[in-house]
Amino acid sequence: MTADKRVVAVLKGGGSLERTVSLRSGARAEAALRRLGHEVVAIDAGQDMLERLLETKPDVAFVALHGRDGEDGTVQSLLEAIDLPYTGSDPGACMRCTDKALAKYLMREAGVPTPEWSTFKESAVKDLGVAAALPEIGAKLGFPMVVKPASQGSALGVKFAREAEELPGAIVGALSYHSKVLLERYVQGRDLAVSVLDGEPGAEPVALPVIEAIPRDEEFYNYESRYEIGMTTFVCPAELPDGVTERAQELARRVYALLGCHGFARVDLLLDAASGELTVLETNVVPGLTETSLLPMAADASELFFDELIARMLDSAFTR
Amino acid sequence: MDRSISPGGGGRGARPTAHELARYEALFATRTRGMKSSAMRDMMALTERSDVISLAGGLPDTSTFPAELYAKLMSEVAASDTARALQYGPTEGLHSTVDCIVQVMAAEGTSIDPGEVIVTTGGQQVIDLVCKTLIDPGDVIVAEAPTYPGAVPTFSAYQAQVEQIEMDSDGMPIDELERVLDRLQSEGRRPKFIYTIPNFQNPGGVTMSLPRRRRLVEVAHERELLILEDNPYGLLRYEGEALPTLHSLDAEIGGRGGAADLVIYLGTFSKILSPGVRLGWAVAPRPVLEKLNLGKQGADLCSSPVTQMFVAEYFQERARDGRPLWLAYVEELRELYKRRRDVMVGALREHFGETAHWTHPEGGLFVWATLDGRIDTTDLLAQAREKEGVAFVPGRSAYMDGRRGSSSMRLNFAGVPDEDIREGIARIARTLEPDAGLLGTLLGGAASRAGAPPAEEREQAAPEPGLADVVELPRREQGARRRSQDR
Repeated sequence: MTADKRVVAVLKGGGSLERTVSLRSGARAEAALRRLGHEVVAIDAGQDMLERLLETKPDVAFVALHGRDGEDGTVQSLLEAIDLPYTGSDPGACMRCTDKALAKYLMREAGVPTPEWSTFKESAVKDLGVAAALPEIGAKLGFPMVVKPASQGSALGVKFAREAEELPGAIVGALSYHSKVLLERYVQGRDLAVSVLDGEPGAEPVALPVIEAIPRDEEFYNYESRYEIGMTTFVCPAELPDGVTERAQELARRVYALLGCHGFARVDLLLDAASGELTVLETNVVPGLTETSLLPMAADASELFFDELIARMLDSAFTR
Repeated sequence: MDRSISPGGGGRGARPTAHELARYEALFATRTRGMKSSAMRDMMALTERSDVISLAGGLPDTSTFPAELYAKLMSEVAASDTARALQYGPTEGLHSTVDCIVQVMAAEGTSIDPGEVIVTTGGQQVIDLVCKTLIDPGDVIVAEAPTYPGAVPTFSAYQAQVEQIEMDSDGMPIDELERVLDRLQSEGRRPKFIYTIPNFQNPGGVTMSLPRRRRLVEVAHERELLILEDNPYGLLRYEGEALPTLHSLDAEIGGRGGAADLVIYLGTFSKILSPGVRLGWAVAPRPVLEKLNLGKQGADLCSSPVTQMFVAEYFQERARDGRPLWLAYVEELRELYKRRRDVMVGALREHFGETAHWTHPEGGLFVWATLDGRIDTTDLLAQAREKEGVAFVPGRSAYMDGRRGSSSMRLNFAGVPDEDIREGIARIARTLEPDAGLLGTLLGGAASRAGAPPAEEREQAAPEPGLADVVELPRREQGARRRSQDR
C-alpha cells in the first residue's frame, strides 16, 4: 500500500486551542509524506476546508488536527460524508475517547482500572444544584483533586483543587473549555504513556515501548510540562519494575480495543505509587507528531522511524 | 515482543538510543530549560484573528503618524546619506541618534552625559544585555509583582531567580523590598539588580511615588545594588505631576558629579514614535556601559543605521508653532491615550460593576483589572476569544511562577479605537457573566459550608445569585447584538 503514490490532504491547524501544536504536527507529517513520494495538499482547517477538499479531490485525508473538531469525531464524520478515506479512528471511537467521562464509564464497565471520578455538565450547576453534592464528592475523591474539562487535550483548564474552597473556581475554570467537567481522584505515581498501532492485516494491534514522563521541579504534576521541551524528562523505554511494562502494554491494547480505536492511539496511564497498580487516565486518538510528541518517540524506540510511522498512519485510511 | 514491531528500520543501522528530541536536548544549553512555550502563549497566538478585538497588545497607536511625513523623512535619509544608512554603524549608536536621546531625556527633566548612552534594538535588548552582563545562573533579580510579561522569558533564559514584590497604588513598597533583601542576605542569595517600571507600570498601571523613588535609590546605595529603571512611558503622562526619574534622583543623591551611579536607565522610541523603528537605549555608568557594549557586539553589532537616521531626521522637524515636531506628536498621543483611558475606565465601570477593581493610570498604555479571586482569567480568555471574540493578557503571564495574578488581566487601551474599547470590555463582561453566575451558584452550596470565603469575597459574591438570571440570555440575541455593533 505504501508503494502507491497518492494525493494526501493534510488537515492541520484549525481553531482549537491546540492549533499551534497541530500546525507543527501537520508540518512534520507533510514533510514525511513528501519524502515518501506522495503529493501533499496542506489544508489549514477553516471555513473553506470542505470546499478545498472537494476541489482538490485528494485520495486520502491525513488528520493532524488536535482538540476540538479534529479529535472529537466532527471532522471524521464530515470526511465520511464526502466519502474521503482518512487516517485514524472513526467518529464513534473519537467520541468515546475524547469524552473523557464516557471513556471512563466504558472502562469501568469493562473492568479497566481508572481513577475514581465524578462528572457533571454546566447545566447541572445551573439547574440541579450540584453545589449541594460537592462535600460528598470531596469526601469520596479526596484532596487534592484533579479538575478538568471532560474534553480537551491541551493543558489549559486542568487544575488541582487542594481543598474544598478551591473547587468552585476550578470547576468554573474547567467549564470554560467544555460544557462538562470531570472531577478525578488525584493519583500520585509515575506518569506513563503507551502508544498502540494497528498491526499487519489480520494481526492484533501492537503496543509500542512504554514512555515515562518525569516532570522537573513540580509540586504537583504540571500538565503543561508534558508539551514542553525541557520541562519534562522522557524515558523510553521506561525503566519499570518486573512485569509492569507488559501489564501497561496489555492494558493499553485492551483500552484501544474497548474504545474501538483504529490505526493508532496513545493511552495515558499512571502507576500508582502506593498500590503499585496501573490505572488508565485517557486515550488520545490524534496523538501529536511534533519533535516532543510521545507517539513518534515510542515508535523511534522500536525502530519504527518517523517516515515509516507516517506511512503506517496513512495506511490506516485504507484498512478500515 | 511488541517492541520489535517493525523490520523497517533497516538502513539506519543501530537502534537510536533516544528519540530525536532527546538527541537535540543533549545539545541544548541548560538555560534553555527555562525557555518555554506554553499552552497559554499558544492560546494568545490564536487571538490574532481579524474578528477578535484585541486588548492584549502592548501597542501604541502608529496610525496617527502621517504617511507623508514618513515618506519625506525616509527620502531625506536616502538623498543625504544612502551609503551610510546602508552601512554598519558604531555599536554604541550614531551621534545624531544619541542627540535625540539626550533631548528625550531632557524632556523628562533628566540630564545625561551622551557618552553614557548606548543605542539598542528596542528597549527589550537592554533587558537582555543587562541580564547578559550581570546575571550568573541562580543570581537574584528583584522585580515588581506583576512585572512586564516580556521580561519574564529574558529572566528565565539567564536562569535568574526572580523575587517579585507585590505593588500597591504607589508602586513597589520599599519597606517590603528591604525585608526581601534582608531575607535574601540571610539565605546567602545574591541580588544583582532591582527591575522596576516606575511610571505607569506595565502591566500594573501604577506609578511609584516620589518618597519611594528616593528611598529606592537610597537602598540601592546602602546595599550596592543596581537598579534597572525601565521607563518606556514616562513622557506619556496625561495627568498629574511628572516625577523625577530614578536616574536623576541617583545623580542627585549619590552621584558622581551629577551622573547616576547605580541606575541603568532604559528608554525607547517605541512608545513616543514607533516600535517599528526598533530603537531603544540604555544610559549606564561607564563600567556597566562597556560590558553592555561588548554584549551588544556579540548580539547584533549595531542597531539599524537606517532607522537611527530616520529618527535623527525626524527630530530635526518643527511643528507649525515652532516646537520640535516629536514633542508635538507626543502631545497628540497623550491626548489620544487620555481619551481612550477614559473610554476604557468608563466601560469598565459600566460593564464590570462591583465584583472587579482596576487601576486608573495617569499615563501609559494599560489598565490592570482584577476580578473575583476565583475566576481564572486564562480560562476566561479561552472563552472570551471563542465565544465573544475578544482578547486580553491573562494576569498569570506577569508572574514568574505562572500561578499568581490568576484573576487579573492587562488591558491595552492605547492602540485600540474607542468603539473597540467599549465593545471589547462589553464582550469580556458578557463572557464573565455566566461564569460569575456559575460561581455564585456553586458557592451558594458546598463551599460556603466547607469554609466561608473571607468577608471581602463574600461581599463580592453576594450579588451573584442575581447574575444567574443573566445566564438565561439567549446566545443568539447576544450574537445579534454584537453584529449590530460591528462597523
